[in-house]
Amino acid sequence: MEEITLSLNGSKVTGRPGITILDLAQQNGIHIPTLCHDPHLTPVGACRVCLVENEATGALLASCVTPIAPGMVINTESPKALEARRTVVELLLASHPDSCIICDKGNRCQLRKIASDLEIGQVRFSKTRHYYPIEDTNPFLERDLSKCILCGKCIRGCQELQGAGAIDYAYRGFDSKPATSLEVPLEQSSCEFCGLCVSLCPTGALSEKMRKYKGRETKRVRTICPFCGCGCGIYLELRDQEVIGVSADAENPVNRISLCVKGRYGYDFINHEDRLKKPLIRKNGKLEEASWEEALDLVASKLEQIRGESGADSIACLSSAKSTNEENYLLQKFTRAVIRTNNIDHCARLCHSVTVAGLATSFGSGAMTNSIAEIEDADVILITGSNTTETHPIIALRVRRAVMKGAKLIVIDPRKIDIIKYATLWLRQNPGTDVAWLNGLMHIIIEEGLWDKDYVETRTEKFEALRETVKKYTPDFVEAISGIPEDRLREAAHIYASGERATILFAMGITQHTTGTDNVKSIANLAMLCGNVGIESGGVNPLRGQNNVQGACDMGALPNLLPGYQGVSDEKAVKRFEEAWGKKLPTNPGLTVVEMMRAAEEGKIRAMYIMGENPMISDPDLKHVEAALKKLDFLVVQDIFLTETAQLAHVVLPSVTFAEKEGTFTNTERMVQRIREAIEPIGEAKPDWQIICQLASRMGYEMNYEHPSQIMEEIAKLTPIYGGIYYDRLEKEGLQWPCPNREHPGTRYLHKDRFTRGLGLFQAVEYIPPAETPDEDYPYILSTGRVLYHYHTGSMTRRCQGLAEIYPEALAEINPSDARDLGVEDGEMVRIASRRGEVEVKAKVTERAPKGVVFMNFHFNEAAVNMLTNPALDPVGKIPEYKVCAVRVEKA
Amino acid sequence: MSRAIDLSKLDPILTRHEGQKEALISVLQEVQGEFGYVPEEAIERIADALKLFPSQIYGVVTFYAQFYLTPRGRNSIRACRGTACHVRGARSVLRAVEQTLGIKEGETTDDLKFSLETVACLGTCFLAPVMMVNRRYYGKLVPHRVENILKQCD
Repeated sequence: MEEITLSLNGSKVTGRPGITILDLAQQNGIHIPTLCHDPHLTPVGACRVCLVENEATGALLASCVTPIAPGMVINTESPKALEARRTVVELLLASHPDSCIICDKGNRCQLRKIASDLEIGQVRFSKTRHYYPIEDTNPFLERDLSKCILCGKCIRGCQELQGAGAIDYAYRGFDSKPATSLEVPLEQSSCEFCGLCVSLCPTGALSEKMRKYKGRETKRVRTICPFCGCGCGIYLELRDQEVIGVSADAENPVNRISLCVKGRYGYDFINHEDRLKKPLIRKNGKLEEASWEEALDLVASKLEQIRGESGADSIACLSSAKSTNEENYLLQKFTRAVIRTNNIDHCARLCHSVTVAGLATSFGSGAMTNSIAEIEDADVILITGSNTTETHPIIALRVRRAVMKGAKLIVIDPRKIDIIKYATLWLRQNPGTDVAWLNGLMHIIIEEGLWDKDYVETRTEKFEALRETVKKYTPDFVEAISGIPEDRLREAAHIYASGERATILFAMGITQHTTGTDNVKSIANLAMLCGNVGIESGGVNPLRGQNNVQGACDMGALPNLLPGYQGVSDEKAVKRFEEAWGKKLPTNPGLTVVEMMRAAEEGKIRAMYIMGENPMISDPDLKHVEAALKKLDFLVVQDIFLTETAQLAHVVLPSVTFAEKEGTFTNTERMVQRIREAIEPIGEAKPDWQIICQLASRMGYEMNYEHPSQIMEEIAKLTPIYGGIYYDRLEKEGLQWPCPNREHPGTRYLHKDRFTRGLGLFQAVEYIPPAETPDEDYPYILSTGRVLYHYHTGSMTRRCQGLAEIYPEALAEINPSDARDLGVEDGEMVRIASRRGEVEVKAKVTERAPKGVVFMNFHFNEAAVNMLTNPALDPVGKIPEYKVCAVRVEKA
Repeated sequence: MSRAIDLSKLDPILTRHEGQKEALISVLQEVQGEFGYVPEEAIERIADALKLFPSQIYGVVTFYAQFYLTPRGRNSIRACRGTACHVRGARSVLRAVEQTLGIKEGETTDDLKFSLETVACLGTCFLAPVMMVNRRYYGKLVPHRVENILKQCD
């Protein structure tokens, strides 16, 4: 299209058709003040502060909503425009309280700034104020609508970007104000406390309670959020050595200006008084403060002693999905080259080990095939086993926006989770019947000829075996197993098969089963059957849970894989690592998380080194975990807090949070992003990588790195998928692996034109029931998961004031009809018992839980759901069956 | 007074307009036709059916004077306070209504028989002073006629 030429403040300028006068002015470095405008929101032209004059016609135009046109003679500073602008601002000031001197917004107030730029000293109009009571009953935001100028940014942000729609304009004329439905307090509305409204508010109408009167930040540091696998870009806002706030990094493609409640308000664990500040050594049964010298000497000598007595395989290490790539790389290097065992694993075992196993055989690569941003352009989205809104809030925003743009959403989940509000179709399967309904979908798609024959023929192999296997999964056969009505299953098959760009999102609801690998293979089968892998906005997308769980896997913190998914028995790979590290490496695969605990209980593992993990809350069947850890001759825990696991340790090494170190995290879409040091380490705490280096030297193996960037250089040399990833390239933005060389731009979506393994492999699988099903003694199914406000074992989020206040205790979701049978009212305590233990917990009676199923989150040690869970494992991925076990429920 | 309401009366209305965002105002009118007002409990249901946010429904309900969130009397009285009516004695007519029913403008009688509101003009100034009871106009009013008119209502 031809560019449009017009006059702007006396110069001839050109711009693309369709852009607004405001856009054009910004492109030419001309500032026009705005109050209701934000580039991420639909322009509405409400505040009239951006008025400019078209001197060709004399018209005053709201520049944020007026497209440029040929022949315009725009003057942004004409006397007429300025006068109009002044009048608008004076009218706003006339209904604004004069509380500036005590308003916490201070000099950040846009209204005040614009008034001052326009040289408004006095307001000609009589004052007409609206005083509203200040609303501050929630832990995060304070609303003082007396200061509201009705720009509507909060409303648009909430509806368009967050998709929560908690507020809209209510009433009319002078009485207008943003309000929740029925004007209930925010915490009773659909508000998710993402804080977007506060970040958009130009005045002091909305403010953050936690940073009230902390003043303006003295420094901002660009880094990555430490919570889930979304990997949002954030700025830490600092006042000296204290983090006083978090804001979104709008340049980051993952989240732009959005964040979730944890990302925005979950920062006060960093400066929390409970932080470990000195090493601790157990003396006479008690943990006592010690020097680093003493602690590291002790760890080195004990590990050497135990290795000498019982061999290297009597030692096991747990790495951390919360630590950086560099630290995970070093810990597995330490385990393999210094201790000389492959007994290294981390909690990916408990979340997506079967994904890595299943997708690696189907496609040749076990990660999200596509990128987060692409979800927004899918035309069909199938979500199964992922409570996306709560566990991956920023990915859920993409799903909501895709639906707003017209995509069809199918949700297949036993629980009535929030994302269902956006679904075209929701199927409620019986827990643990995923292979059955997946085979059922494929049965229908093949029977009705809806599959992509070309794609199957040219891109895949072993289709005939799949066709044979799914033959018997007729819709009525599937209905008998899964409880999904035949017509609904057919509808789902039709919708999924009709998608041009159909994407599947899944998480723990698919993986945490004894048939986890089978479930994942079936999902891969379905996606390939309809030709959805290797295309933009399609694919098979396992949503990874922790900030760096993808990276910890990539770095080979796994008992059978070296960095970059190179097998520990792959001779060529092992040789390369042996040459680089100068040590002979073990080639027998090591033990996985749950196997380590069993071996410890049996006395075969005598020492464990646990970095940033908390198995005393997170692992299944806690009674046995506790027995195992207590049986160890030597337990070292390296963490930021004295976690439930650290309390059992012989030596506790204090490490630092993400805010105190340099490094990289790899998010769920394979994007390697930089984290940066914002404050000095608290107390004597040290970054994990430094601790490992110092320990290695004490054990006679030099690890000399001045900075994590040097570790990344080593990683790049040894790990083909990270081959082109260097710190200098990560300054501006992240890189998605595979990125084999310095020139490679990274890979947005995988398997384009060719699968990593060549042809996509159909793997026909049969349905197998869960390991433990309800019976007379234990008639209910227990399922576990997370909630929006907490994270993992709660060691961080439960120390965040706001998060702890809004979700203070464990809750067990129980269906109303089950509650009636049990005589339990909402809010009463219930006792839940399995064959392995029992807990008492408050009941939340809700339709979210299906009949016969109780759901608990695992964040609270007071009601540790993993006392109950079944450690039965998937035979390939060795993941425990967190999602199904049989329990008894009674009123406590 | 008990306010048990039968929300199943919403079903036919909502089924008819499933997914039609643009039909919100007609849906609200139908709901109000059914219940006499828009019950708070209906807002969430309407939002679900029309794929809107509850806050958006609340915004529209509070924007338009025609929608009510509290129960209304079976008979709606609109007393005109326009200029023509005013000069012809509208104030004493209104006072008579208030005295007869024991309520002020904007209120509803306890037995839910009458709601009283004032309007700026009913467009029938030649009949001033005027009031409307439901759909019927009563013109050239004098205060002592009011009681009789109201007696005729169910």
